[in-house]
Amino acid sequence: MNENLHLWLIPLLPFAGFLLNGLLGSRLPKPVVTAIALLAPLGSLVVVLMAFEFSLQPNVLPHVETYGQWITAGTLHIDFSFVLDQLSLVMLLVVTGVGFLIHIYSVGYMHDDEGYWRYFSYMNLFMFFMTVLVLSGNALLLFVGWEGVGLASYLLIGFWFQKTSAADAGKKAFIVNRIGDFGFLIGLFLLLANFGTLTFSEIAAKLAANPTWTGGVLTAIALCLFVGAIGKSAQLPLHVWLPDAMEGPTPVSALIHAATMVTAGVYMVVRMHFVFDRSPFALDVVAIVGAATALFAALMALVQNDIKRVLAYSTISQLGYMFLGCGVAAYSTAIFHLMTHAFFKALFFLAAGSVIHALGGEQDMRKMGGLRKKIPITFWTMTASVLAITGLPLFSGFYSKDAILYEDFLEGGFGKSLWFVGVVTALLTSFYIFRLWYLTFMGKSRNSEAHPHESSWTMLGPLVILALLSLSGGYLGIHRFAAYLRPSDGPLPEGGTTGLEYMLSALAVAVALLGWYIADLLYRRQQELPKQLAATFPTAYKLLSNKFYVDEIYNFLIVKPLLAISKYLLEWVVDVAILGGLAWLLAGIASLGGAILQRWQSGNLRSYAAWLALGAAVLLVFVLAPYVFGAYGIGVFGAAH
Amino acid sequence: MNSLHLVQHEVPLAWYLLLSAVLFCLGIVGFLIKRNLITMFMSIELMLNAVNLSFVTFAHQWHQVKGQIFVFFVMVVAAAEAAVGLAIIIAVFRARATLAVDRIDLMKL
Repeated sequence: MNENLHLWLIPLLPFAGFLLNGLLGSRLPKPVVTAIALLAPLGSLVVVLMAFEFSLQPNVLPHVETYGQWITAGTLHIDFSFVLDQLSLVMLLVVTGVGFLIHIYSVGYMHDDEGYWRYFSYMNLFMFFMTVLVLSGNALLLFVGWEGVGLASYLLIGFWFQKTSAADAGKKAFIVNRIGDFGFLIGLFLLLANFGTLTFSEIAAKLAANPTWTGGVLTAIALCLFVGAIGKSAQLPLHVWLPDAMEGPTPVSALIHAATMVTAGVYMVVRMHFVFDRSPFALDVVAIVGAATALFAALMALVQNDIKRVLAYSTISQLGYMFLGCGVAAYSTAIFHLMTHAFFKALFFLAAGSVIHALGGEQDMRKMGGLRKKIPITFWTMTASVLAITGLPLFSGFYSKDAILYEDFLEGGFGKSLWFVGVVTALLTSFYIFRLWYLTFMGKSRNSEAHPHESSWTMLGPLVILALLSLSGGYLGIHRFAAYLRPSDGPLPEGGTTGLEYMLSALAVAVALLGWYIADLLYRRQQELPKQLAATFPTAYKLLSNKFYVDEIYNFLIVKPLLAISKYLLEWVVDVAILGGLAWLLAGIASLGGAILQRWQSGNLRSYAAWLALGAAVLLVFVLAPYVFGAYGIGVFGAAH
Repeated sequence: MNSLHLVQHEVPLAWYLLLSAVLFCLGIVGFLIKRNLITMFMSIELMLNAVNLSFVTFAHQWHQVKGQIFVFFVMVVAAAEAAVGLAIIIAVFRARATLAVDRIDLMKL
């Protein structure tokens, strides 16, 4: 029980990698940089695997390690403490496992980049903060990791900062996340005010001891925390940063903007599930936001032409699925989908990166096509992820997505409408993913200049491993998975029958096949049809291809007014007129006084001496006058002697 | 007035002090109206010695030796000042070929 697992090594190894490469990387030879960058996450992975082996003993979880006090103020105590339980173990395995694979892939992908060492130091920094986020035993340390991954995300989105679009995308991600973090912080303050602690186990214990506490403040706390999750996990209406984040290198999109960081919102909601459980209203909000995001993001993905943007909207949509699971208190299904999604979406991005690499940087799917024979391994691995995400039977997405939809269906009439949205989204998902697949790999090449070449094995190796995980990850099965996670995220809602489960699964598969059929029709058999459709429904097409004008609306409603206020009110009125005027006034008084007083400084020695003598005389009179006049009984200067 | 009564057979205290005040005022006036640096310097010496006189007077009056010792200090300082001051005056004269203070009105030599 008291065995020390040295959990601190998990975050600190990547941090050491970050420091070494960040400070010395530019002077180290490339193989050394590579070795540091890979050994750091590998070390973390080894420690995680050792912790996993330890956790197989009965009754050892949750395992808490405290490394000292951080904040002590009155009755408030916040420790540097890490918690290893089923939930953090699953997350750690995903983060360090997928993270390590993506690090290997990056060695090939970033090989010729000037900022090679800088890239890896940022990646290691991300691993540091992400593992802190996952391991932390209290909400404040989680917040440190939360902000830290945001920083790493900002640095990596803007990695090619010479491009204005990349630098802007980094800023956008950071600023939009601030809005979510604001909500998160308010949630933390409310927790602190009402519970007096931020340690997860203590909050859970207080709630367990007071079974009558529901709604009210708990709803407020849950909603504030969820605002944070909306920002981090790119849910409606704060989803706008994620598509732009595709400006970063593709492995970054795979690691941060698909597999790990964006799922931190889901993780946080599950981690705080005891708060959400007490507020049915907040759970409904989570479910509705998740459903709306899943649907709208899938719609936006339909008409994108940039391969990475399709995947970005797909990620937003899949994150919506996870919140659909959270919203009916089926947290295990959300984490299960988080895990399978981490496998297949990381694989998607890495395979897309391999395609982009093969075409020398081309991301527009209209200029791809016919790559199946040219880059067969990439093709087959991407096919594995296509099968997984569309939820075809026997592949991982089938198990996790169906588990979520099934739990939604069980949740009464409201749940059935959520389920319906989920099924429609599944249809759209299947369509846009097969569209991507057809446009990229099938048909004839639409780019005569390209000479595609298969990537090196440093890139293909991780692809193959992730493909195997995507194909097999679902075999864990939701029931076994939920039983394992139960101590840390509570039981799945009761009810339902196996027959119903199979029926719903069959329906979902039918929908996925329908999506495939439509994509096949439009992008293989009758390739003129998409253009005709776009011409027949110009309004719908414009709406979708402009992503529902969300960016434009934000620009008009928020960005422009803010800029106008900054420029006219804050800059011209406050800064120039008020602050500037005050400064000029003070300076004017000082220089006017100086202009008068400088006449004294005549430079004439005798005038100085005269002033000196006059001063001494005045002083003398002042001191002696009371005595002199006092002798005649006359009071001078308030003294009468 | 009691103290004066005790030393009636000597020169009265007030006379010493009056002499001291007159000498001091002469020093001040000399310092203010003269334009020659050396004369001004001598006026300073005059003021110092006027003060010395009043020190000695009081020391004698109150039978306190501290006043006498103070006079020695003043004389030592005056001697040091004379050495430094005369050196400065010579330096000024070399640079400006004049000792009229009204024409030495810049800090820079």
